[in-house]
Amino acid sequence: MRHAMLGVLFIAVLGCASGGARPAQRPAPAPSPAAATPAPSQAPAQTRASAESSSVDRAQYPSTYQRHPNPPVLIRNATIMTAAGQEIPNGSILFRDGRIVAVGATVQAPPDALVVDGTGKFVTPGLIDDHSHLGVYAAPGTEAESDGNEATNPVTAEVWAEHSFWPQDPQIPLAIAGGITTIQALPGSANLIGGRSAILKLIPARTVQEMKFPGAHYGLKMACGENPKGVYRSRGPSTRMGNMAGYRSAFIQAEQYRQRWDKWRKDHQGDPPARDLRLESLAEVLRGNIFVQMHCYRADEMAQMMDLAHEFGFHIRSFHHAVESYKIADLLARENVSVSVWADWWGFKEEAMDGVQQNAALNQQAGGRPLIHSDSPSGIQRLNQEAGKAMNAGIRAGIPITRDQAIRWVTANPAWALGLDSIVGTLEPGKMADVVVWSGDPFSVYSKALQVYNDGWLLYDRNDPKHQPRTDFELGQVPAPGTDR
Amino acid sequence: MIAFLLAQTIAITGGTVYPVSGPKLEHATVLIQNGRVAAVGPNVTIPADATRIDATGKWVTPGFIDGGTQMGLVEISRVGGTREMYLQGDTIAASFNVAEGINPASTLIPVTRMEGITTVLAAPQGHLISGQAVLIDLDGATIEQMLVKSPIGVVANFDENAKDEGGGSRAGVAERLRRVFNDALEYARRRADYNRGAMQPLSASAADLEALLPVLRGQLPLIAVANRRSDIETVLRFGREFRLKVILAGAQEGWEIAEAIARAGVPVLVEPLDNIPSYDALGVRYENAAVLARAGVKVALLETDTHNARNLRQQAGNAVSYGMTWEQALRAVTLSPAEVFGVADRYGALDVGKVANVVVWSGDPFEFSTGVEHVIIRGREVPLRSRQTELFERYKTLPPKY
Repeated sequence: MRHAMLGVLFIAVLGCASGGARPAQRPAPAPSPAAATPAPSQAPAQTRASAESSSVDRAQYPSTYQRHPNPPVLIRNATIMTAAGQEIPNGSILFRDGRIVAVGATVQAPPDALVVDGTGKFVTPGLIDDHSHLGVYAAPGTEAESDGNEATNPVTAEVWAEHSFWPQDPQIPLAIAGGITTIQALPGSANLIGGRSAILKLIPARTVQEMKFPGAHYGLKMACGENPKGVYRSRGPSTRMGNMAGYRSAFIQAEQYRQRWDKWRKDHQGDPPARDLRLESLAEVLRGNIFVQMHCYRADEMAQMMDLAHEFGFHIRSFHHAVESYKIADLLARENVSVSVWADWWGFKEEAMDGVQQNAALNQQAGGRPLIHSDSPSGIQRLNQEAGKAMNAGIRAGIPITRDQAIRWVTANPAWALGLDSIVGTLEPGKMADVVVWSGDPFSVYSKALQVYNDGWLLYDRNDPKHQPRTDFELGQVPAPGTDR
Repeated sequence: MIAFLLAQTIAITGGTVYPVSGPKLEHATVLIQNGRVAAVGPNVTIPADATRIDATGKWVTPGFIDGGTQMGLVEISRVGGTREMYLQGDTIAASFNVAEGINPASTLIPVTRMEGITTVLAAPQGHLISGQAVLIDLDGATIEQMLVKSPIGVVANFDENAKDEGGGSRAGVAERLRRVFNDALEYARRRADYNRGAMQPLSASAADLEALLPVLRGQLPLIAVANRRSDIETVLRFGREFRLKVILAGAQEGWEIAEAIARAGVPVLVEPLDNIPSYDALGVRYENAAVLARAGVKVALLETDTHNARNLRQQAGNAVSYGMTWEQALRAVTLSPAEVFGVADRYGALDVGKVANVVVWSGDPFEFSTGVEHVIIRGREVPLRSRQTELFERYKTLPPKY
């Protein structure tokens, strides 16, 4: 049972489920140049070689992702939810070579296209979960697979989630079957600064490098509130003010590190400064190349974190969990910080007590950028349902959420939070062909993903066992669907 | 006898009524008097003093029952001072009845009932034998007013989590439980010797052994938590060996031996959205509830996240997606749990004489687009308010209203 009602006792879920609220009383300060948010349509870091700014000129653990060759696919007679403002009844979508070619009421099929009859079906962009611990807290959930929290120091900006990620995590095919095509795999929330995230195409692979989303910005996991101060109670930080001092000390060092390197890169006087992995990650945050993904629950604490960002001139891309974000939705919208929230989780700790089901809707109403995340190997399998719940909770409370807004909560908005919104997250010509065919309205409890195309590759087909990838772990010990043991 | 508060006369008219005990009734009336269902059908005479609820176009069902919670026993999971479901230091906690730990003022109760869950099992956790679970209605100012039945059963753990107190082996868990059961029987046979101090020490306290006797006489169910197929088989073996009335809980690999469970006549509490493999159940899968039901097992569905017991609706909808019929799923959150917990004479269906726990929904209760319009518990309409609705009202426009 997920919550082991008759079984297990409480385990501090530092996978992440753990965060701040004083409504800011002053207008947002003008962001410093380094804090400038990349424009939503800006291409990701492919064009921004790490060599330009970081300490080394060599490629670091580069992506070896390659698109799987596929014939063109035309899905027709389906309801197409573009996540770009349109819901097209009886529409069609054509993709070829991993790119969406055309979306509309009538699309001509090239002679070599595979034609999929979408009558009665719905089509959406591939779903994106910007908060997952797949691969770093892999099933079967033993100590040996517990690789998500380097809980040995409150600041571990030097660790990278990709170096923990296990591509054979049997939870991966389950998430694929739920229509997920891209994830951000994050370190846990034990630390003030937990390390770099991995932005991954959710595909079967032997190595994490094969899954790395080409050119994606890294995220930096940070955490406020109960978790870090609880984990480090005996050595500190043991208070929220201690947490704050910890972030500030780290970024003060990072500012100096960045200055040393910037100066050396300019004048090449003497030996290059000593390389420091921890400060390298933080300096990249200051340069705007790594996006801060911040676990935070309470509204007052989020306001503190935005002031921290102002102090050091960076931008927080998303507050994760953000259970109280509805209390400062106006402030978050003004600061252009997205909120990655659950539909209805609450009460598992004090900072999660004020959860309301209208959180996403209230942020939408305030002009913010809400998105639904999972933080759960179970929840990631039904992000569509969670968006459906959150949309309807808003509508029932009188907040006019549109279906397009709600589908963006699990597609275009998480794409923005990862800096990938020019590449994925909508069904528009030129976007990567991450496409899901649903058995019915994706906001219905009864609908399931029938087909999942990742970069044009038919990765999952509910009606065809040949397109139901299984991990090595499952072979010979986890019965395949439809089989007996 | 349960307590009825401020019982009203209420007539819910014109809705599509799902009595669960029989086929659905279109344009039917549910009449509620003195806390009970007084009449159900298309031609019901409505007393002049009745409060009328127009349910035209709405769906009317019995209140849902979640058999998998710690409702009232936990306020904030991580705050020890608000947790009451675990008895420290007692491996065999059979005499531990959770009832007096229940907090009728828990904020979880309004959050849950306003979404159509009217009755829940409040269960103890941990150890080899966790204690006694009780059934409560989600209304009432006192524990006595909330209780439906106490105890419902004694919770025993046969899963991986029990191993620490079973000497580190599943076989150790079985051996220790068997020894306790045999000691309880011995204690019952030789009570006089026990009281004289003329017996070797037994493996549990007299109070715990005493509490096991109704279970060993088949009067009170053993709620047995097991997930791995072999552990489920161990539970079935115990059932035969001691002639127990068993309720299987968890049962993640139950689908693999559905026929054996059906033959044993053992009902099962299942959480439909369980499917993350662990070494306790590598075969866990979404189809579990449907396969068990198809084999003839009585299935009650759970949502085990106490704070989100309201998501029992979503659990049921997903059970339908993965093979249960809609009718089976509705029964599995109403009449089947009432039967499993031994209260079907009073709960689980809209039959004349039954306790009036009734919900009016805007549509299919399992769908996200459906809202709850009225909740009646023991014949009293409860307000659709909670701490969460108050927070929403405060912050729905910013700046907030203090």
